[in-house]
Amino acid sequence: MAHATATVDVMRPPAPAERGVDVYNLKLGMWVFLASEVMFFTALIGSYIVLRFGASPNPWAQPGKVLSIQITAFNTFLLICSSVSMVKAYASIADGNVKLMKVWLLVTILCGATFVGIQVYEYTHLIHHGFQPSGYREGSELAELAAANPVPYGAATAGLYGSTFFTMTGFHGFHVTCGVISMTYVFIRALRGKYSQQDHRGIEVIGLYWHFVDLVWIILFTIVYLI
Amino acid sequence: MSATKGWRSWLTTTDHKRIGLLYFWTAFVFFLIGGLEALIIRAQLARPGNTVVSAETFNQLFTMHGTTMVFLALMPLSAAFFNYIVPLQIGARDVAFPRLNAFSYWVFVLGGLLLNASWLLPHHPAPDAGWFGYANLTSREFSPGPNIDFWLLGLQILGVASLAAGFNFIVTILNLRAPGMKMMRLPVFSWMTLVTSFLIITAFPVITVALVLLMFDRFFGTHFYLTSAGGDPVLWQHLFWIFGHPEVYILILPAMGIVSEVLPTFARKPLFGYTVVVYSGVLIGFMGWGVWSHHMFSVGLGPIADSVFSATTMLIAVPTGVKIFNWLATLWGGQIRATSALHFAVGFIALFTIGGLSGVMHASPPADLQQTDTYFVVAHIHYVLFGGTVFGLFAGMYYWWPKMTGRLLGERLGKLHFWLMFVGMNLAFFPMHFIGLLGMPRRIYTYAPELGVAKLNLVSTVGAFLIGASILVFLINVWRTRKRGKVAGNDPWGGATLEWTIPSPPPPHNFDVIPTVASRLPRWSMTQLTAIPEGAELGKPHAPAGSWWPLVAACGLPVLALAPLTHTLWVAFLGAAILITGIYRWAFEPFEV
Ligand SMILES: [Cu+2]
Repeated sequence: MAHATATVDVMRPPAPAERGVDVYNLKLGMWVFLASEVMFFTALIGSYIVLRFGASPNPWAQPGKVLSIQITAFNTFLLICSSVSMVKAYASIADGNVKLMKVWLLVTILCGATFVGIQVYEYTHLIHHGFQPSGYREGSELAELAAANPVPYGAATAGLYGSTFFTMTGFHGFHVTCGVISMTYVFIRALRGKYSQQDHRGIEVIGLYWHFVDLVWIILFTIVYLI
Repeated sequence: MSATKGWRSWLTTTDHKRIGLLYFWTAFVFFLIGGLEALIIRAQLARPGNTVVSAETFNQLFTMHGTTMVFLALMPLSAAFFNYIVPLQIGARDVAFPRLNAFSYWVFVLGGLLLNASWLLPHHPAPDAGWFGYANLTSREFSPGPNIDFWLLGLQILGVASLAAGFNFIVTILNLRAPGMKMMRLPVFSWMTLVTSFLIITAFPVITVALVLLMFDRFFGTHFYLTSAGGDPVLWQHLFWIFGHPEVYILILPAMGIVSEVLPTFARKPLFGYTVVVYSGVLIGFMGWGVWSHHMFSVGLGPIADSVFSATTMLIAVPTGVKIFNWLATLWGGQIRATSALHFAVGFIALFTIGGLSGVMHASPPADLQQTDTYFVVAHIHYVLFGGTVFGLFAGMYYWWPKMTGRLLGERLGKLHFWLMFVGMNLAFFPMHFIGLLGMPRRIYTYAPELGVAKLNLVSTVGAFLIGASILVFLINVWRTRKRGKVAGNDPWGGATLEWTIPSPPPPHNFDVIPTVASRLPRWSMTQLTAIPEGAELGKPHAPAGSWWPLVAACGLPVLALAPLTHTLWVAFLGAAILITGIYRWAFEPFEV
């Protein structure tokens, strides 16, 4: 901005503006972006609730029958760890420790990437056994199991089960992937020495996004896998 | 990089004023296209059993008319004023994220082109399921062609543009206000831009989800809206209208903001009850979320749901009515100068009130069951969106034209435009109330002479063509004044807000010195606003830099959309590659404002 002042605090709003929300542009932008993300996932989860509990008289497949809870529980743990390492990265740079910040950021990226990898494995595994967006594939292992035990496998609602499962977890996975790519961008900038105690906006903003993605996952894990 | 001349400079510009002009002209062209579609519809309905177009083409015309007017004309025309005027009103040198702003514009253009490209393909497979595309008419089973695919992919892309603009304007208004411009000193138009932006960023994700589920149903075999597999077509209606009703306010609040600027200027009086106008706008923004099922009374949601939504709908008329009284009281006892801009603003009040009243009529479920899907609701929507939004937008055009171009529009042609449009609008849409109550359903390509609505329909068609003529008068006015119009100077109207303190059109950096504001009406209560304080450091002047990358990134989205349209996977990878390259280069590009 115009007025050249001796010290510009970039972690505060731009000068010489009227201070309303005491937050710099990028962070405020991330806040409103996350507000729209909240609405996105609310609509998605709301649709799931309507379809599962409103429209259909038949129960859904019991937890653990089609989806593996163990492997996803590990994935959830991984994502929570990555939130902790993200906090560590932020705390390090706020203290001025650039080196430690890079380490923790790298840990976060690796956790996120592993999460996506495990999710890809889960998808291929499920599709291999016959679970796909349109329900149980005819002639597949799961279709036969469902024919033999229609209630625990939710034979009547498999179509909606597949539709909602792949859409919700797919969109979450997409968000994690975007997060990993963005964190890699931040990491490259960190390697080029762009972040310091005085200016670590990138770390803070990507951290906000990352915590949000983790939070959404905890909700999704609960309602999609556990209930 | 920061070229300021030639066509290249328009492709790379990040200057909010240039982007505002781009928005304006692009949206105006879409407005003309949507208007042309309406005229063909009216020509077909001029007499019973007419054969101007086939039933199939008629379906496409009303679908594309609605979709074009809402998403490609009215919203972006409002966005044009957000872009051009808001940074000037709040005393800023640009928006918070100039390149994101350019990205919004390009995504909007390309989404609009994709949507309309459907007209040009063999057998013109334009969307044909109505502008709210109810399930399960939109399923692959009942709409096998690419028509609906164009619709849902086009809207998906346009959503990205709106969201990006929404983020940008919230941050701009909250963070870039000139010193001293507290929230309760913010001009009402900027306030309404803020409320609208919040509605955009919260409502558009909902239609995004609705469209995503539809897309998956059509392409990936999911069953969200398919009853045959346990899905729920009413889910679409809920999602669409949870978005759709806030969208109504996204369309009307900017026009209300414009009127709240125009009336005080030409009545030479401060806006009556500024605080109430602002708070009722905010209240409308909140209450707009609790009324969506009034679009769904005929679904049969049960007496409790119907009663609740009926009550909330009647309640939301209150803050709207409050504003109308505020505007009237602003005019009361003022020194009124009857300019074209004021004509349109007063026309807005009258016509919007009529539309609001018919809205309260079908807030009552038993009445709505008679009126729904007839021409009565067509009359209602056109009184609020044409009589309301379009009149408000034209008020804004006459008011801010001198700021944007440096020259005034002609007043005599302006008033001719107003009266043609005012008379045409009432001829076109008032009879529709009766046509609907007499039982003519909307969206049917023709009607029988025995229905007894032939004369009323003919009157309506005459009115529609009068509106068309009025738009021609406006274009003639624009053409004639582009070189010979009266030179505007800084402030042709004696306005109260900051945009009138600087030259017309403003220099690239807007303000030589960011003014310090001490009042809600800075130009009316302070002198020497822009005088450079003695010994002040001017700093480096803001020169909006240019960038190709927003345009490149935006091009990735329509390419991505081509993948499902052509059923080709590599096109998806190509689109993603373009998008990611654009964003990557953009992110690493040195760019300081
Ligand atoms: Cu509504």
